[in-house]
Amino acid sequence: MTNIQHVQVDLSTALGKLQLPAPVLTASGCAGYGRELDSYFDITSIGAIVTKSIMMEPRSGRATPRMAETPSGMINSIGLQGSGIESFIEHDLAWLRKRGARTIVSIAGNNVLEFGRLARRLRGVEGVAGLEINISCPNVANRGLVFACNPGSAAEVVAEVRKHAQPGLPLLAKLSPDVTDIVEIAHSVIDAGADGLAMINTLLGMVIDPVTLRPQLGGRTGGLSGPAIRPVAVRAVYQVHAALPQVPILGMGGIRSGRDALEFLAAGASAVSVGTAIFNDPSAPLRIQNELRDELASRGFSRLRDVIGIAHQA
Amino acid sequence: MTQFRARLAGNRAVGEYRHLVFVTSADIGMVKPGHFAAVAVGGPDSAMLLRRAFSIHRVSSKANVGTTIELIVSAKGAGTRWLTSQHEGVLVDMVAPLGKPFQLPKERVPCVLVAGGYGAAPMITLAEELRSRGCRVDVVLGASTESKLYGVLDLKRISDSIVITTDDGSLGVRGRVSDVLPEVMQRADSAVVYACGPMGMLQAVSLVAASTGAIAQCAVEESMACGVGVCMTCVLPVIGDDGRTRMVRACTEGPVFRGDRVRWDAIGSVPADAVGAPPAGGH
Ligand SMILES: Cc1cc2nc3c(=O)[nH]c(=O)nc-3n(C[C@H](O)[C@H](O)[C@H](O)COP(=O)(O)OP(=O)(O)OC[C@H]3O[C@@H](n4cnc5c(N)ncnc54)[C@H](O)[C@@H]3O)c2cc1C
Ligand SMILES: Cc1cc2nc3c(=O)[nH]c(=O)nc-3n(C[C@H](O)[C@H](O)[C@H](O)COP(=O)(O)O)c2cc1C
Ligand code: FES
Repeated sequence: MTNIQHVQVDLSTALGKLQLPAPVLTASGCAGYGRELDSYFDITSIGAIVTKSIMMEPRSGRATPRMAETPSGMINSIGLQGSGIESFIEHDLAWLRKRGARTIVSIAGNNVLEFGRLARRLRGVEGVAGLEINISCPNVANRGLVFACNPGSAAEVVAEVRKHAQPGLPLLAKLSPDVTDIVEIAHSVIDAGADGLAMINTLLGMVIDPVTLRPQLGGRTGGLSGPAIRPVAVRAVYQVHAALPQVPILGMGGIRSGRDALEFLAAGASAVSVGTAIFNDPSAPLRIQNELRDELASRGFSRLRDVIGIAHQA
Repeated sequence: MTQFRARLAGNRAVGEYRHLVFVTSADIGMVKPGHFAAVAVGGPDSAMLLRRAFSIHRVSSKANVGTTIELIVSAKGAGTRWLTSQHEGVLVDMVAPLGKPFQLPKERVPCVLVAGGYGAAPMITLAEELRSRGCRVDVVLGASTESKLYGVLDLKRISDSIVITTDDGSLGVRGRVSDVLPEVMQRADSAVVYACGPMGMLQAVSLVAASTGAIAQCAVEESMACGVGVCMTCVLPVIGDDGRTRMVRACTEGPVFRGDRVRWDAIGSVPADAVGAPPAGGH
């Protein structure tokens, strides 16, 4: 949309061992498996596609209504609908590989062992640049408590994935903001073997239908996302980067423009994911990447890496 | 499917609806009856992030003018209120054409078109298309009240017969479209029913079609966030070719489904026999 001549800015970055030629990724669950968005922008031109979270078995997801619009955001209760890992590898990952898109596979399990089985199944499978471990799902074995809300369970999942995953494969643990001390959780998953962090997942929310006076979503509660949560996400990234400056962070939560992305980089993220904004604008990831380049250029930065964590400098 | 900006070139009242005319210089490709558009509302910094879906009423292309896209919009919530209150010249971001359109018969068979309220929006071009193929076209048009009927005159002009129903009897027969449909279908020997309107109406129409052996093509209205297939909010239980029920996306696999494939009774739930359905107790 901007007509500024694209000035030379080195947009390359890295999430630990994972080298990325460009800093904008898609957020899990907001870009399917990349195929639909390829009609709106070249999906190989962004950093990577992060897939919808994959589970072992096919899963129907929750009943409708699955979403409600909220001020500058939405809440959703999709319930991890998907056709399971085998179908994913055969159809979706095969397509992504043929298309030449860098792919980070998001995995989700009902219990610790399922995470390990997913990591093992993806061992040696071509076209997987890294794993994002979605620990923001309920632990069936522990009263449905979300793994990400307990440092012990979170670490257990990450250790299990590390044990079974292809040696050396970059692992990102995805954190939930619905915790008392996100730094504590970050420490525990890094100690358990994660190479980096993806943050933040949605915040737990609820909308009451004004007519029926009952929860509006089929799943009753849902995850809040979009620009409404951006300050929470920036705060979380800032706190974790301050405590763990060496740990790479994939930042997300309400990013809608290049300027929003710049906030996350300054707070300490090395790359960013775009989620809900895609529903508003299916070409958002590439648009935001181009806007980010212009924002950096207009501030005199010639390398994206120079702005990472700059908000922490005196 | 193309994402483009369109300029509002006309906005007038038609009963309780607004007829919106947009113009774009973009090449949006082939548009067929049943395709829809996903419109961003509230301007570039809008706090309303989700797209609104509307059936494409009509599309035409003229040299020097560009492509004209017409929508029939009912002001319901905040987004549609914004859209219907815009003035000519406003630019709106649109994605179109989306979804799977109505399937047209290969032979010249009698067809009946059933629409509820603004569900008539895609029916006029559909009637034209069917007539140009030599099909007989009968129409049943319904709404709660006269001011919520759309397309009465146009559909009268291009159909072989038309029956109008209103819940309050303000125009035509008092009652519902499904009350009069069996008789219309018997008289015309209809082989295909095309329907667009509220879910309850589509279910009733599918039942009527099933009882006569006619094929029902139903355009459903599921709540949508993106319109392009990436959010998974717009799902409903549909029986596949293999006989198994799956939660499928209305925006990419629909909005038009065969009436006998949709599990109408189970909309708003996940049937226990659906692929990947939760064990008792839920996910
Ligand atoms: C394929 C299809 C074709 C449609 N054609 C027309 C048409 O020709 N004319 C017309 O007036 N309306 C049509 N609708 C319905 C229209 O999309 C909704 O009335 C509109 O999205 C409501 O937006 P709002 O801002 O008024 O309500 P809000 O309640 O503020 O909407 C909030 C969110 O919910 C979604 N939503 C709410 N109700 C519906 C609904 N009934 N269907 C889909 N999404 C919904 C919106 O897209 C938005 O994301 C169609 C819907 C679909 C799915
Ligand atoms: C509809 C929807 C589905 C999502 N599905 C997943 C998912 O499957 N796995 C996951 O880790 N996060 C999921 N998320 C969370 C996003 O990846 C992201 O962390 C969050 O929405 C914040 O970013 P955003 O505000 O840019 O959307 C989902 C979010 C939305 C809105
Ligand atoms: S509306 Fe987003 S997947 Fe159908």
